[in-house]
Amino acid sequence: MNKPNLAVQIGSMTMQNPVTVASGTFGYGPEYAELVDLNRLGAITVKGIAPDIHLGNPTPRTYETRGGMLNAIGLPGPGAQGFIDTYVPFLADYTTPVIVNIWGKTIEEYGNVVEQLDNETGIHAYEINLSCPNIKEGGSAFGTDLSIFSHVIELVREKTKKPIIPKLAPNVSDIGAFAQAAEKAGADALAIMNSFPAMGIDIKTRKPVLANGSGGLSGPAIKPIAIKLVHDAAQKTNLPIIGMGGIFEPEDAVEFFIAGASAVAVGTANFIDPSTAIRVINGIETYLIDQGLNDIKQLVGTVNYG
Amino acid sequence: MIQDKATVLKHENFQGDYRILHLATTGIGPHVQPGQFVHLQVPQLGDRILRRPFSIYKADSESISLLYKPVGRGTASMATLHKKSQVDLIGPLGNGYPEAANDTLPVLVAGGYGNAALYLKARSLKRKGVAFFGGRTAEDILCVEEFEALGWDVRPTTNDGSLGIKGLVTDAFDPWLLEQNERKPELFVCGPTPMLRAMGDRAIENNFKAWLSLDENMACGVGACLTCVIKQKTETGWQWARCCKDGPIFESREVLWDE
Repeated sequence: MNKPNLAVQIGSMTMQNPVTVASGTFGYGPEYAELVDLNRLGAITVKGIAPDIHLGNPTPRTYETRGGMLNAIGLPGPGAQGFIDTYVPFLADYTTPVIVNIWGKTIEEYGNVVEQLDNETGIHAYEINLSCPNIKEGGSAFGTDLSIFSHVIELVREKTKKPIIPKLAPNVSDIGAFAQAAEKAGADALAIMNSFPAMGIDIKTRKPVLANGSGGLSGPAIKPIAIKLVHDAAQKTNLPIIGMGGIFEPEDAVEFFIAGASAVAVGTANFIDPSTAIRVINGIETYLIDQGLNDIKQLVGTVNYG
Repeated sequence: MIQDKATVLKHENFQGDYRILHLATTGIGPHVQPGQFVHLQVPQLGDRILRRPFSIYKADSESISLLYKPVGRGTASMATLHKKSQVDLIGPLGNGYPEAANDTLPVLVAGGYGNAALYLKARSLKRKGVAFFGGRTAEDILCVEEFEALGWDVRPTTNDGSLGIKGLVTDAFDPWLLEQNERKPELFVCGPTPMLRAMGDRAIENNFKAWLSLDENMACGVGACLTCVIKQKTETGWQWARCCKDGPIFESREVLWDE
């Protein structure tokens, strides 16, 4: 049997396979380049970029939990110009498309960061971070308010012709409403989901385990939540969905496709086994062959309700 | 830096609770610089998923050795590894200790099994000076004979006085420093944070260098996640530096300690 087609289209961006990495878990590319063949990925999604340099949160920033981890890194980063100077030339040496995760403290900053980045031919799409649980302004505060959420997407849409991919917050009562609002505002795809707002307390000191107080839970523990959100959003929109949340094995990714995702992102697993994304790509292909499918699209949204 | 499946060659009890894990890894062994570490995926850790960093005690063309003490969940699970077990390693990681200056007297300072991170440096340094090893009891003072065999003048201190001078490493170091007038000391330090800070303070006050191996919780180990950051002084203030990638070795003047 011929090799199945793994390529997926996100607006004008073609991914050679449906596997990218989750923003914030893969640095800007160079950090993993010695361990992972970046040319094999479907896309490289880099850590969040704001208009200006940000230091992020104080430490401790992460905490291991059962089946996952909490993080409140707080989006430290080099700003748009720092990213262009330091990382765009590095990433240009690879054939893999680059998705830049963007964020801002104000609605206007989302537009501003795109204005700064948009002339770079080495940037192929924007993931709009509307869901970071660890910053006071922007992030989740915008991603859980339907009108601000739409407004940010519309603003980014005005600033670029490149594909835009809002990243949705998991802590909303109706994910379908946000999916539909994103579609109406001009999004090309959806990224579902960000880490889930969470907290841990040291019982000796009674202090929160993270300096930020609370953070976001990621890892295998959140996968069933992400599966449901992807499933529910897929019922309400025709936009392609990049599903993520606790993907550690190829089988996890397959579950996301069946739920309704057109592509997936490997996140926390990069920290534990940097070869995960490549294993997932290979495993998806094997699964399709075993199932007698010749295109990944045939798997998308195929839940069997019996 | 590579990711490698290593086979346990030997897992031995060393002294007291301390153990040594010998791992076959031709991909990592030959490339190790003194002061570097590996990020180890501990099998049988169940639902605790993150890797654990370990200083590299010894390394050769075919293997590395890790000297550790079971203190938490990760190291407790690690203690169950037996000969022929497979473990997944990423390494060698971090910057390692720099070369010593030509005109200084190298001095090693370690707390507990911190000297595991110093053995390769002790071996490679051409001039052998004094080694101050501190621990709670005699059981925590490791590898004295090995460092002596390399030519180091080892000065142990213990909190309970069961070996060497009773007290902290500073109780042995400070009087020794007063007597130094020929060569400027250059410190290579690995131990608990209060010890790093105490030695760093002395380096700044007395105008010599102290290379400190900082220990922060890590997630990725390769510089991506920004968990293990410390405040590194700059001309205008400070910036975050990653312990795993920019460190773990920092000169005392680089570190801005939290109050």
